[in-house]
Amino acid sequence: MKISKKQVEHVAHLARLTLNEEELDRMTGQLDNLLLYVDKINELDTSRVVPTFHVFSVSNAFRDDIVKDSLPRKEALKNAPKQNGEMFQVPRII
Amino acid sequence: MKPYELTISEACAQMEVGNLTATALTQSCLSRIDEIEKDMHAFITVDRDGAIQQAEEADRNRKKGAAGRLCGIPLSIKDLLATKGIRTTCGSKILENYVPPYDATVVSMVKNEGAVILGKATMDEFAMGSTSETCAFGVPRNPWKKGYVAGGSSGGSAVSVASQECFASLGSDTGGSIRQPASLCGIVGMKPTYGRVSRYGLTAFASSLDQVGPLCRNVTDCALMMSIISGFDPKDSTSVKQPVPDYSSFLVDGLAGLKIGVPREYFTEGIDVEVENIVKNSIAVLKERGADIVEVTLPHTEYCVAVYYLIAPSEASSNLARYDGVHYGYRDLGADTLLEMYKRTRSKGFGSEVKRRILIGTYALSSGYYDAYYKKASQVRTLIVGDFKKAFQSCDVIVSPVTPTPAWRIGENNDDPLSVYLSDILTLSANLAGVPGMSVPGGVTNIGLPVGIQLQGPHFHEGDLLRVGYNLERGLKLGSRALDI
Repeated sequence: MKISKKQVEHVAHLARLTLNEEELDRMTGQLDNLLLYVDKINELDTSRVVPTFHVFSVSNAFRDDIVKDSLPRKEALKNAPKQNGEMFQVPRII
Repeated sequence: MKPYELTISEACAQMEVGNLTATALTQSCLSRIDEIEKDMHAFITVDRDGAIQQAEEADRNRKKGAAGRLCGIPLSIKDLLATKGIRTTCGSKILENYVPPYDATVVSMVKNEGAVILGKATMDEFAMGSTSETCAFGVPRNPWKKGYVAGGSSGGSAVSVASQECFASLGSDTGGSIRQPASLCGIVGMKPTYGRVSRYGLTAFASSLDQVGPLCRNVTDCALMMSIISGFDPKDSTSVKQPVPDYSSFLVDGLAGLKIGVPREYFTEGIDVEVENIVKNSIAVLKERGADIVEVTLPHTEYCVAVYYLIAPSEASSNLARYDGVHYGYRDLGADTLLEMYKRTRSKGFGSEVKRRILIGTYALSSGYYDAYYKKASQVRTLIVGDFKKAFQSCDVIVSPVTPTPAWRIGENNDDPLSVYLSDILTLSANLAGVPGMSVPGGVTNIGLPVGIQLQGPHFHEGDLLRVGYNLERGLKLGSRALDI
């Protein structure tokens, strides 16, 4: 076993997901299967290989600091599941 | 010949001489949709009124002598590219009612050329899948054979073009999502070089791999679409400042002086015999047309699936954290605390495949596993990039199959995610290396399923791919065929 049900449950919490018992069983099996497969990359010695996170090495792409029009508030709030015309509303945090 | 059967250049020529109007052309596509869409499921949303309005405007512009290069041409747009005022779901329940307040840069670009946006194409949820079956709003069907998958994730895009509901589509390709459905549906699809086309307004899946590209009926239309959508965009800081050539200038007869590489690793076990024969026949055609055929090697091909299915889910797990029920999209209203709201919203809003990939990615990035999985995969990615650099020292274009097999039946392989992931083996490396890749029809199997030929080239050499594709098209003369509806 590469991954246990308990670990999958923990990862689900980190990802802000809840899995029911059936999902947890199925996902654990499938993730375990995949992790066994991806172990293949350990056949290769990469101790001297620089990782590629991006194919073109981009450094910071700066632009001039000029104020431009932004999305009007009404537009920005339009798709919100809950809002009061001024702000996004969420369940009480504190 | 019905107007919807024309190619883009033919339709433009007809409109220019006054034999056809954009309104009539759009009506023709809408009637086609009425006739066959129930069997195709290519669209999540069809914007009839908007399309007619845009067509009327196109007709007015043409009268004024202000016709763009796509004036009056009906297109579909994969449902993960933002379209101002048209619902954009990404194939997910979590965005079922999301209406973007802006256009993706590529959408603005085709609109500026006068294109008519017919609607939004079905796709795998958040582009995660190889058959479009993970779409929350219906599964697109392969127009060539009843009961078979269209491929994915840009399945609806491919079907809308192959079934002649529209003239071309804009899709996205993170691991083969343009090339594979183009291959399985018998049309032309191009994944440009990473950074060639703006990603602004493209819903992010794996940001270091995602690229927007066209799905078209032929190579000439593909060259036109590439000329229109390519270029630097200040809103996408990963887009590259490289001049955009007129891609149609590459569409010349003959391949003299061009070296075409055949990678030995792409013709190993698991390749369907019919697919192999169709690809070999296509290679013979390219040779007849003057290309030099050489063998090349991409030795790390066998690691692509493992590398991809660590890197792509890692990036996805981070990108999809934004779907939290706060700013837009679905929210579960039954929760009392913020944490519960996040969890319920995401658990109800996402489908299984998306959850699976978020879990893989979260695990691969989590403390204690980062080095073993994400970093290690990124190091092997460097070796894959190196394979291509080396191969392109001895050839200009690499030719291969797009997929090991033709399309399979809807519902097959659904219980075994790994076996579906493995079917992506021949397309993933182009995304990992950032090189351009293209699928061009190569032939049809005995039971009537199309098989595409994959062309890959060095960074920013899309023109060479188009040249080879054009010659393949001219040499094979596949012609059109009836749909199996």
